[in-house]
Amino acid sequence: MTPRKYLVLAGVALLGPIGDSLLSRGMRQSGGISPHHVHTIIFSVLNPWVAAGIVLLLGFFASYMTALSWADLTYVLPATSIGYVVLALIARFLLHEQISLSRWLGILLISLGVGFVASGPALTQHPAAESHKDVADVVSSGVER
Amino acid sequence: MRHLYIWTAITVIVLVSATGDVLLARAMKQVGDVGALWRRQGLFTVASRILRNPCFLLGIVAMSVAFFSLLFGLSWGDVSLVAPASASLTFVANAIAARIFLHERVDRRRWMAALFVAAGVALLAG
Repeated sequence: MTPRKYLVLAGVALLGPIGDSLLSRGMRQSGGISPHHVHTIIFSVLNPWVAAGIVLLLGFFASYMTALSWADLTYVLPATSIGYVVLALIARFLLHEQISLSRWLGILLISLGVGFVASGPALTQHPAAESHKDVADVVSSGVER
Repeated sequence: MRHLYIWTAITVIVLVSATGDVLLARAMKQVGDVGALWRRQGLFTVASRILRNPCFLLGIVAMSVAFFSLLFGLSWGDVSLVAPASASLTFVANAIAARIFLHERVDRRRWMAALFVAAGVALLAG
């Protein structure tokens, strides 16, 4: 794990939850969509909050794909859930929202989960892929030099 | 009917987004380390290799279905139910699916991580 990789994980962690919050704000403005008129959901993207949310989620997606190219799904998902904690702390200390006891407990559990997964390896090494990976490492380190 | 819509949407979101995550993770493992590939062969090669990968395209379809199910669910249910329920159940579904379909080594540490995060997300957003 390099600093650059941690930066990519931070992108996954922050852009996702912020994008989701923007989407939910936009969708609450547009009200309930009936399953009989489900096509009207397409027009939701015209809402500025939804549109901004989609832009951030595209950035999230690019970081997520990059992270999945060098780390396991079961590493990336728990590790980047720290973004939820960051958002809650922003709400508490910058927006001065009240955080209930159950939310603090949620923050604690997520932080513990992130600690568990981050203390382990990022990628499962499959025996068959080992030699292949060694070659890739040699090639990429050669290019870096 | 409202509850039926909400929980149908949550079930669809969880199953479809776990399928999408597994497909995307498989696609990106087939593509290889994006950073290293970019330095060696340029952005164009990286982009075209990703966009021509069948798993990636199927994963995008699954993610789009999950995304519109989320919008549908959010339009009916409170964000404090739909978002945490689907996010939290997706962590567990993904751990199971990654173990079965991607052969990732989901050891005790990773199970604990998935379960703690799932519970934490449910509490945080609930």
